[in-house]
Amino acid sequence: MFTFGPQQPKNLEGYVGFANLPNQVYRKSVKRGFEFTLMVVGESGLGKSTLINSLFLTDLYSPEYPGPSHRVKKTVQVEQSKVLVKEGGVQLLLTIVDTPGFGDAVDNSNCWQPVIDYIDSKFEDYLNAESRVNRRLMPDSRVLCCLYFIAPSGHGLKPLDIEFMKRLHEKVNIIPLIAKADTMTPEECQLFKKQIMKEIQDHKIRVYEFPETDDEEEMKMVKRIKDRLPLAVVGSNTIIEVNGKRVRGRQYPWGVAEVENGEHCDFTILRNMLIRTHMQDLKDVTNNVHYENYRSRKLAAVTYNGGDGSKSKGQLTKAETSDDMSPLAQMEEERRDHVSKMKKMEQEMEQVFEMKVKEKLQKLRDSEAELQRRHEQMKKNLDAQHRELEERRRQHEEEKGSWEGQQRILEQQKLDASK
Amino acid sequence: MAANDGDVFAQKEKRNLELRGHVGFDSLPDQLVRKSVAPGFCFNILCVGETGIGKSTLMNTLFNTTFENEEASHFQTEVQMRPETDDLQESNVNLKLTTVHTVGFGDQINREESYKPILEYIDTQFGRYLEEELKIQRSLFNFHDTRIHTCLYFIAPTGHSLKSLDLVTMKKLDSKVNIIPVIAKADTLSKSELDKFKIKIMSELVSNGVQIYQFPTEDEAIAEINTSMNTHLPFAVVGSLEDVKVGNKMVKARLYPWGSVQVENENHCDFVKLREMLLRVNMEDLREQTHARHYELYRRCKLEEMGFKDTDPDSQSFSLQDTYEAKRKEFLVDLQLKEEQMRQMFVNKVKETEAELKEKEKELHDRFEQLKRMHQGEKKNLEEKRRELEEEMNAFNRKKVAAETLMGQTLQGCSQQPFKKDKDKKN
Repeated sequence: MFTFGPQQPKNLEGYVGFANLPNQVYRKSVKRGFEFTLMVVGESGLGKSTLINSLFLTDLYSPEYPGPSHRVKKTVQVEQSKVLVKEGGVQLLLTIVDTPGFGDAVDNSNCWQPVIDYIDSKFEDYLNAESRVNRRLMPDSRVLCCLYFIAPSGHGLKPLDIEFMKRLHEKVNIIPLIAKADTMTPEECQLFKKQIMKEIQDHKIRVYEFPETDDEEEMKMVKRIKDRLPLAVVGSNTIIEVNGKRVRGRQYPWGVAEVENGEHCDFTILRNMLIRTHMQDLKDVTNNVHYENYRSRKLAAVTYNGGDGSKSKGQLTKAETSDDMSPLAQMEEERRDHVSKMKKMEQEMEQVFEMKVKEKLQKLRDSEAELQRRHEQMKKNLDAQHRELEERRRQHEEEKGSWEGQQRILEQQKLDASK
Repeated sequence: MAANDGDVFAQKEKRNLELRGHVGFDSLPDQLVRKSVAPGFCFNILCVGETGIGKSTLMNTLFNTTFENEEASHFQTEVQMRPETDDLQESNVNLKLTTVHTVGFGDQINREESYKPILEYIDTQFGRYLEEELKIQRSLFNFHDTRIHTCLYFIAPTGHSLKSLDLVTMKKLDSKVNIIPVIAKADTLSKSELDKFKIKIMSELVSNGVQIYQFPTEDEAIAEINTSMNTHLPFAVVGSLEDVKVGNKMVKARLYPWGSVQVENENHCDFVKLREMLLRVNMEDLREQTHARHYELYRRCKLEEMGFKDTDPDSQSFSLQDTYEAKRKEFLVDLQLKEEQMRQMFVNKVKETEAELKEKEKELHDRFEQLKRMHQGEKKNLEEKRRELEEEMNAFNRKKVAAETLMGQTLQGCSQQPFKKDKDKKN
């Protein structure tokens, strides 16, 4: 709930008109119509069909459409039946899901599995419909409530009861009911209820809880109901006349157990709670809690686990604060991380490359310089030698020239002398 | 029949059943309403119009309260969106109202881009919601929904026609938001001018294909009033928070020397009609249309942009997980490819440079060889010359020696042998 902060909402000085908004919402909802999927689970013969018929005052189950106890199955089945009922202009599409064969076998291990699978498959259907690119009307066939029938043994819960509830309490709103309550006296019933609640608490089973409200009246009513949990119910398809009134009840030689008599059983409380006051809340809790749990588990398996098979699917590690983002946002972030990682890598590689190139070039330059130096030196050397040679030649020429000159003089002298 | 027990229950058709008494689910709408009233409602109005056209005044008048809106100047360089959120309460209904004003709209000289900030703002709010919807851990029921439920477009009361800025802007916005056009400061137009103006505006909107919000007519309870109101569009409004004494009542009005324009007088302006339609009758429909139509369109486009599809080429539907997984795989492959490309480019670069460097090395080596050869050549040359010189010198020495020997001999018997001298001379 968004809070209204420390300041009070603004006071309006006159008529504005948005106070009519709830009426607009009302009308639109009536036009849309309502849907509700209710599941009934329990062993054969606990009066489930009768109770449903009594709750909705209609022949949902009849000889043509027999109840689960009459549909003998080899294995536990999960089956649904849709009925459309209208009352006071309000249309309700009611889907009753039952489980023929539940708890009836000699070995009932895993008889809850088909139920779990059914509920999950409905969640999956909704998730897929919600996730489509083109979304049309999303039919909602998610199970909103599960009435679990406990046999009136008077002692406590059976192991099967505990197993079932433990496995399903985080998937669906469980409302446990004591069936055929007219086999117990009020005192026996009280003890039985206490025992059951204790066992439920001991096993940390979370059955459907009534929401807190600010309304005092409502809270009083809620408290009264809470004190009578689990509700002990009696159902009947027959109408009997009692003191001039026509009532639903069960005729015994010793009297009539009236279905709608608050002193005889908790049927009225169940009906009021389930249908008249808390139906919407059951929807909301399913939508906001059970479905969201399913969805986040399903989607968490996709994110960091999708690409690499290193992590196993379905594990939600607390370390991943990524749950706060959509998988797409996560991918975006991953992409950004990767881009920056690559940039860094590229930079590093560039650096190394540049360095190596520099080294090589430096070496080349050094070699070149060395070469140049040697060349210069050699040249110098050669030049020196050239010069030396030149010098010698010159000397030699000089010597030769002077000697030849001398010879010529001597020759001349001789010639002159001989004349 | 027994053989078909299971079949009966497996069938998907629904049966219509009669009730034998009062079950009580007719309270469902009440339960729904009660649950939605408790946390309060959200409503977001966008006001688009030129500076000074009366947006703030109208909002104040509409909600009978003063919102904090400072007066805007005409010198904004670009259009800015200014949202303000207030918590209002009427009877027991709590409303979280967000009013968004476009500040500076129409003030720039070049207004080609004026609609962009508005469009962006609307899309951003859709984006916020979509982001939340796609989160793994989400809480939509707690989420403050800021998506714009309606856009009041304020038309200047020129009396002639729509401005091109109006048409352009409304055309850009009509697929994103419910547009309700209003004629602002309607007290500057006479009744006949107003009627003509309204007709002109509506025909211009139609001929330009602008989709404005139509009040819905499916619900019988409100069909009549909505149909009638649809014909009065656009609403000509006047806003005022000043109380003026008219008769013996204090009413909201604008006082002129020639009379007072009463805001809530339906003969004077359509303010009451606007309030009725916007707040009292169709608020929920505006919210619904925004969510079911405009938001879905945005969502569809956004998801398609990101590459999501509903079916693959074989027409098998994808579940969200499959899509995400496929996307992820694609994404990882893409990343790897990019990495490979970068490495490859690098390897090529290295190869190139290596080749270059090798070339340089070879060049240098060749030069070295060349110089070496040159040196050797020169050295040889030098050696040749040296040898030559040596030979010359030797020859000369021999000559010298021979000459001196001869000289010696000649000195010994110079008169006896004249011919030898000639011979020598010839040498």
